[in-house]
Amino acid sequence: MADIKKIATREAYGEFLVEEGARRPELVVMDADLSGSTKTKNFAKAYPERFVNCGISEQDLYAEATGIALSGHVVCASTFAMFAAGRAYEIIRNSIGYTGANVKICATHAGITVGEDGASHQTFEDLALMREIPGMTVLCPADAVSAKKLLAEAVDFEGPAYIRLGRSGVPVLYSEEQAEAIQIGKGTELKDGKDVTIIATGILVADAMEAAKTLEAEGISARVIDMHTIKPIDEDIIIKAAKETGAIVTAEEHSVIGGLGSAVAEVVVQKAPCKVKMVGQKDTFGESGKPAELLEKYGMTAKDIAEAAKEILK
Amino acid sequence: MSNRNYDELKETARRIRVDVIKAIHEAGSGHPGGSLSATDILTALYFDEMNIDPKNPKMEGRDKFVLSKGHAVPALYATLAERGFYDPEEMMSLRKIGSHFQGHPNMHKVPGIEMSTGSLGQGFSVAVGMATAGKIDGNPGRVYALCGDGELQEGIIWEAALSAAHRKLDNLTMIVDWNGLQIDGKVDDVKRVTPISSKLQSFGWHVIDVDGHSFPELLAALDEAKTVQGQPTAIIAKTHKGHGVSFMEDQAGWHGKAPNDEQFEQAMKELGGVQ
Repeated sequence: MADIKKIATREAYGEFLVEEGARRPELVVMDADLSGSTKTKNFAKAYPERFVNCGISEQDLYAEATGIALSGHVVCASTFAMFAAGRAYEIIRNSIGYTGANVKICATHAGITVGEDGASHQTFEDLALMREIPGMTVLCPADAVSAKKLLAEAVDFEGPAYIRLGRSGVPVLYSEEQAEAIQIGKGTELKDGKDVTIIATGILVADAMEAAKTLEAEGISARVIDMHTIKPIDEDIIIKAAKETGAIVTAEEHSVIGGLGSAVAEVVVQKAPCKVKMVGQKDTFGESGKPAELLEKYGMTAKDIAEAAKEILK
Repeated sequence: MSNRNYDELKETARRIRVDVIKAIHEAGSGHPGGSLSATDILTALYFDEMNIDPKNPKMEGRDKFVLSKGHAVPALYATLAERGFYDPEEMMSLRKIGSHFQGHPNMHKVPGIEMSTGSLGQGFSVAVGMATAGKIDGNPGRVYALCGDGELQEGIIWEAALSAAHRKLDNLTMIVDWNGLQIDGKVDDVKRVTPISSKLQSFGWHVIDVDGHSFPELLAALDEAKTVQGQPTAIIAKTHKGHGVSFMEDQAGWHGKAPNDEQFEQAMKELGGVQ
């Protein structure tokens, strides 16, 4: 893996904002005292007149973002995922969601790969919370290249979106050309297979690809789907996978309660019943540690995905 | 200003109060106390202060009003009706299934409503966002937010108050409907927020204290707010919950309760309304 380039999706976000700021004069970017970490600082330097720092006030951040959006702007408002989806949940639900305001909640440092900061900063609940809100589009990019494409798509439509971004570097999976084909609401099949389908999101898409290789060596043909859009979920690609491979493993750096696994299961049980196994955080808080150590300890690696696939095929 | 007809404003406020009580009685639920305490403030804003056009609710450069204490929406519905946004009869469907006139404001259902509110504190913070956008865009429109005094117990109010002062939002006026009561009783007993004026001053706001049922005082304060540079203004309007209906006045019990038929008749008598 040493030869594979690793870039954090938040880095891609920082670059995207500066590029988009030039193209889109109505873009306003907001933050809550984490602009160096969320990478909104790049935009703040380039367009200080369109950057608003709310200080350490996440509730105010998202309510104000609503007011700015309702005044004719598209707003990208950032903080750590824990404090966006978590602390400001009800503001996002009642101000952004209920009005359908054109706010893109670009939340970084999601999941366990926050690492050393520990449990208070590691959110596994954000996808579940956000996908419950009517009209909310929920995105979880797998790498830096696809993140830019999904962000571009997100600011292009009128309405609220939650975009989950990470702190740590992740392998670049997509070429620019491949990323061009990405569409919100359409899962991307990265590898075909006939025995089992791995539906992954975010940083675990790279692990899903690695798991597929391992399985291939053992004679198991695994399909891999990057489900970058958690909502609206791509039902067709799930139903097709259920019918053609008969078994699905989901993989996410998020709780197995309420996130990608649940979204996939909701489709499967109603439209095309098949066996499903979920890889993700098991109803427990995280702790401090290096991202790779934590992923291993909490069971969110390529090995865990491959094992789940083998188990489901037993 | 000498050409202001305060009697006419009083008469308008009386008609609004009649519509408020009628709609809440018709609905069988709602918030009469805080609607009546806010009525004169809304009348001052919509019939003297604000640059708006009922025929063009989305007019460019208009002034914007956010009812942060969303439960007082019957007073806002009645004010917008009197101002010509729609027929007052329409709001008699208040709180009924299928009605545009929801129990708390929905900006997509009723013309003239700038923000959907109900969850306390949020509307004020949204208004700070609107005023911030006004500064970014060089928009001449002013932004007004009406908060309850009990609502000031919400933490987001103080987050947003810091933001507004920090950004020198002199295009923003907050009005506090200081009626002293909340659902569980006196604000002073539940969780004291007074002194309000010095608190907001220490947050960097220009503060004006007025009698919230006096049009000369309300209009003078709104005039003064427009002359303030580099600071947001808060108008602390001392009011009486249920003002205009004797048995509702200063009674916490009338926060969220509809009058029965007998009480309705009595209220109509006092307000000079036709039943």
